Amino acid sequence: MDSTEAIYNGLKDADIDFIVSIPFTNITELVEMINEDDEIIHVPVTREEEGIGICAGAYMGGRKTAILMQNSGLGNSINALKSLMELYEFPLLMIICHNGAEEEDTSFEMVDSTPRILKAMDFNFFKPSNPEAAYDDVRLAWDLSEEEGKPVSILLDKNYW
Amino acid sequence: MARYDAIRNIMKDVEDELVVCNIGLASRELYEIDDRSKNFYMMGSMGLASSIGLGLALAKPNRHVVVIDGDGSLLMNMGSMATVFAQNPDNLTWIVIDNGAYGSAGNQDTYAETIDLVEVAKSVGFKNAYNYEEVNLKDIFYSADASFIVYKTDIGNSEAPVIDLDPITIKERFMKSI
Repeated sequence: MDSTEAIYNGLKDADIDFIVSIPFTNITELVEMINEDDEIIHVPVTREEEGIGICAGAYMGGRKTAILMQNSGLGNSINALKSLMELYEFPLLMIICHNGAEEEDTSFEMVDSTPRILKAMDFNFFKPSNPEAAYDDVRLAWDLSEEEGKPVSILLDKNYW
Repeated sequence: MARYDAIRNIMKDVEDELVVCNIGLASRELYEIDDRSKNFYMMGSMGLASSIGLGLALAKPNRHVVVIDGDGSLLMNMGSMATVFAQNPDNLTWIVIDNGAYGSAGNQDTYAETIDLVEVAKSVGFKNAYNYEEVNLKDIFYSADASFIVYKTDIGNSEAPVIDLDPITIKERFMKSI
């Protein structure tokens, strides 16, 4: 099980069947697997906040939802995460690319801030360092999200991939 | 004629359809005019009514979804026009009540005052982009593509009271009704 398969298998075993995404380099292969999976509806979105809204609607339509995004997208979606997802108790699995300044020329400030922002929002998150842990964390994260009625995140940094 | 009468007219054509309604006075007025479990009243996430409606329409292809949006809210999430057009769920009708003002926030002008939103939607590619007066809403609900309807109104808010349902109740009764 490689790093991509671990996420995919975790999503499948959590019965996630509706995914919205904003691109990031590490998930290219994962997105291909999702697109080939007839059980999963995949909706590329223009902005993370929009994707959060789409996931809320899909959940009310009976789907189990996840968003794939970069940590910069957390900044773009904070109000929707609190004032839509938590307010109405919608579960959501957030798979977040958490690359740092040494790998990218963007998102530098968001790297240190992302876990602190999630803590301040009172949202749980996992930071798996290998595929086995990621597979377990993805399934646990969805269950926790349903139980709590709010989003739960998986942070994946460069070392993970 | 202001938003209140526009919502009343829209609801005359709504029977079994699921309605996702914009934040603020729009939801309060809908609640007063025609509260039903098939209404989802959005609170707190301005701009996202069309996104919620899109997710619902994609998840429930056999149910028709009507979004009641506003011009200021549309401008806050214009990317949604691209996504709705690209996904093109034929069971989604997106109605923008365009009063050219941020009606729930003090009636300041929006840029929509000088923008023809129907022309914007047409240029994005929507096949069904119309002004409300041009169409029979019931026919539009069951057309072969996603629809984008602009309902021009005057500025003005009613005295509709705050919705006395908590968000969880709104969600749960909505989901049960689907």
